[in-house]
Amino acid sequence: MTDAIVETKGIEVRFPLPTHFLAREKPVLHALNGVDIAIQPGESFCVVGESGCGKTTLGRTIMGLQSPTAGEIYFNGQRIDQMDEAARKPIRRDMQMVFQNPYASLNPRRNVFETLAEPIRHLMPEKTGPEVRAQVEEVLAATGCDPSWQRKLPHEFSGGQRQRIAIARALVTNPAFIVADEPISALDVSIQAQILNLLDDLQAERGLTYLFITHDLSVVEHFGTRVAVMYLGRVMELAETDTLFSAPKHPYTRLLLDAIPKIEGGSFDNPREPGELPDPVNMPPGCPFAPRCPMAEARCRTERPELRTLDNGTQAACHFAE
Amino acid sequence: MAMLEIKDLHVAFPKGKKSEVEALRGVNLTLEKGERLGVVGESGAGKSMLAFAILNLIAEPGRVSQGSIAFHGENLLELSERDIRSIRGNRISMIFQDPMVTLNPVLSIGTQMVETLKAHRRISDAEARKLCIAKLKEVAIPSAESRLDAYPHELSGGLRQRVVIAIALLTDPELIIADEPTTALDVTIQAEIMALILKLCRDKDVALILITHDLGVVAEVTERIMIMYAGLCVETGATQQIIQAPHHPYSAGLLKALPQFAGRGTRLYQIPGSMPPITALPPGCAYHPRCERATDMCKAQIPPLEHGCACFHPLDQTEAAS
Repeated sequence: MTDAIVETKGIEVRFPLPTHFLAREKPVLHALNGVDIAIQPGESFCVVGESGCGKTTLGRTIMGLQSPTAGEIYFNGQRIDQMDEAARKPIRRDMQMVFQNPYASLNPRRNVFETLAEPIRHLMPEKTGPEVRAQVEEVLAATGCDPSWQRKLPHEFSGGQRQRIAIARALVTNPAFIVADEPISALDVSIQAQILNLLDDLQAERGLTYLFITHDLSVVEHFGTRVAVMYLGRVMELAETDTLFSAPKHPYTRLLLDAIPKIEGGSFDNPREPGELPDPVNMPPGCPFAPRCPMAEARCRTERPELRTLDNGTQAACHFAE
Repeated sequence: MAMLEIKDLHVAFPKGKKSEVEALRGVNLTLEKGERLGVVGESGAGKSMLAFAILNLIAEPGRVSQGSIAFHGENLLELSERDIRSIRGNRISMIFQDPMVTLNPVLSIGTQMVETLKAHRRISDAEARKLCIAKLKEVAIPSAESRLDAYPHELSGGLRQRVVIAIALLTDPELIIADEPTTALDVTIQAEIMALILKLCRDKDVALILITHDLGVVAEVTERIMIMYAGLCVETGATQQIIQAPHHPYSAGLLKALPQFAGRGTRLYQIPGSMPPITALPPGCAYHPRCERATDMCKAQIPPLEHGCACFHPLDQTEAAS
């Protein structure tokens, strides 16, 4: 698949941890352990997993906010992970990010116009003043923001309004690809629907491609075209959304689906054993999920299953998936 | 006589020198022994305020300005600080959102548990330790004996919350108030914790007030539900009944906005706008500016709570069921 808009090949990210100066081995946290994904244009590619699974690191690495320790990242066929800042600048126009917490991601001392004009001035220096203003107004209208907001500061807005402004900031350079990292999880239920609809509309109007990072499977089911389920820095299962929900192949995916509270009730009636994530510093040699897996056998603790394609097109990293 | 009976509860905060704003504007609630109630609402609806008021924990300068809270017929608001302490943390326990904040980071789990017990019971250290181990086992903490000497940072988030629950259970309370107990946790851990709380409440006939914004969790765990909006209860009744056929337009809107209910590729139902802050409530029904059924009457009068629904134009049986 060479027509992917974003492609990662075996990316790894390791964070060195603070060490005692006499220690022989330097402990390293494995945040990403060889992730291969290819996002096609127009997709809403979702990444789900629990905290610490590396989903945010994956988004940040693709955006160039974190350099990979190994592996390759391609954007429209062009390798971007080793580019210097100057070469990367034109690409930054085309890929932007929306962060989780709009209370933290907007500069509190900068009014909305300044917040939105900054990316244009920085990434599109050829634009004149009136062009910048026109572009800011266009994107405000497209994201359902009132033009009168331009002179206001972030504290004057509610959470939902702030997230609209953050989305407007991401769109102001007319990108083709957006990484949205938990864009609705800091918002109230009635506001979540507004923002999800906005993202849907913008995708239809502007032909955007999303990498949507979330922990919420019900949002994935509604929003995603394909889903990657991550666990401890690895993709455990990658499938079309419908397939993942109707025929989950990896036991971890099944555990996640089983954990969603159901509106009809009844799924919390039986006690569940405490599940523990293995230490990401001293990773066990076998399958990272083996300690929690109901199907685990001796083989799972020694031999790590590779991600392989099954008959129905799903990719799963499990010895027993079929 | 109901175990807990709250009548016309108002909580007010001063605004400027002379005026006050109300965070709770007349809430009524009864709870029988062993009953599980879910309090649902968006941030700022007053759900946590309700919990704090029950335990006499409203921080200055806020105050309960009107109403009564009767626990077994005794008005908690009239008790001395000494007397309320014999109820708070003893007959009524509380579980808060973030276990890392609830637990004292510099004391071992055992110290904190023994301290709680000794505050309410005359008990020797050895007996207290024995009881603590029993409670840790009850919440399924593996190797409970050794965990007693562990510090909170040595435990995972899920185990920490189990410890908090064990502490809440130490004094065999009749009522547990849980304020967003799983919001800081991952979905699989949330499922474990909620299943545990549900089991403990059922086994010991403990009543539960579960405060959450998550309708799915409420549906799984509670028998009765109270939906709050801008300091008032707008709808209350049997959980499954309301979830299947809500009568208040706000409850109906909240449910319809959930991604679970919308097919893929369809737009989510969205409630326009956001909840007004308590300092700027509109006259009449606080929901009317967002409500598609609002009439002039809604702008002038606050609808009373009748048949479990505070609305002049509730959805009728057929509308509610759809």
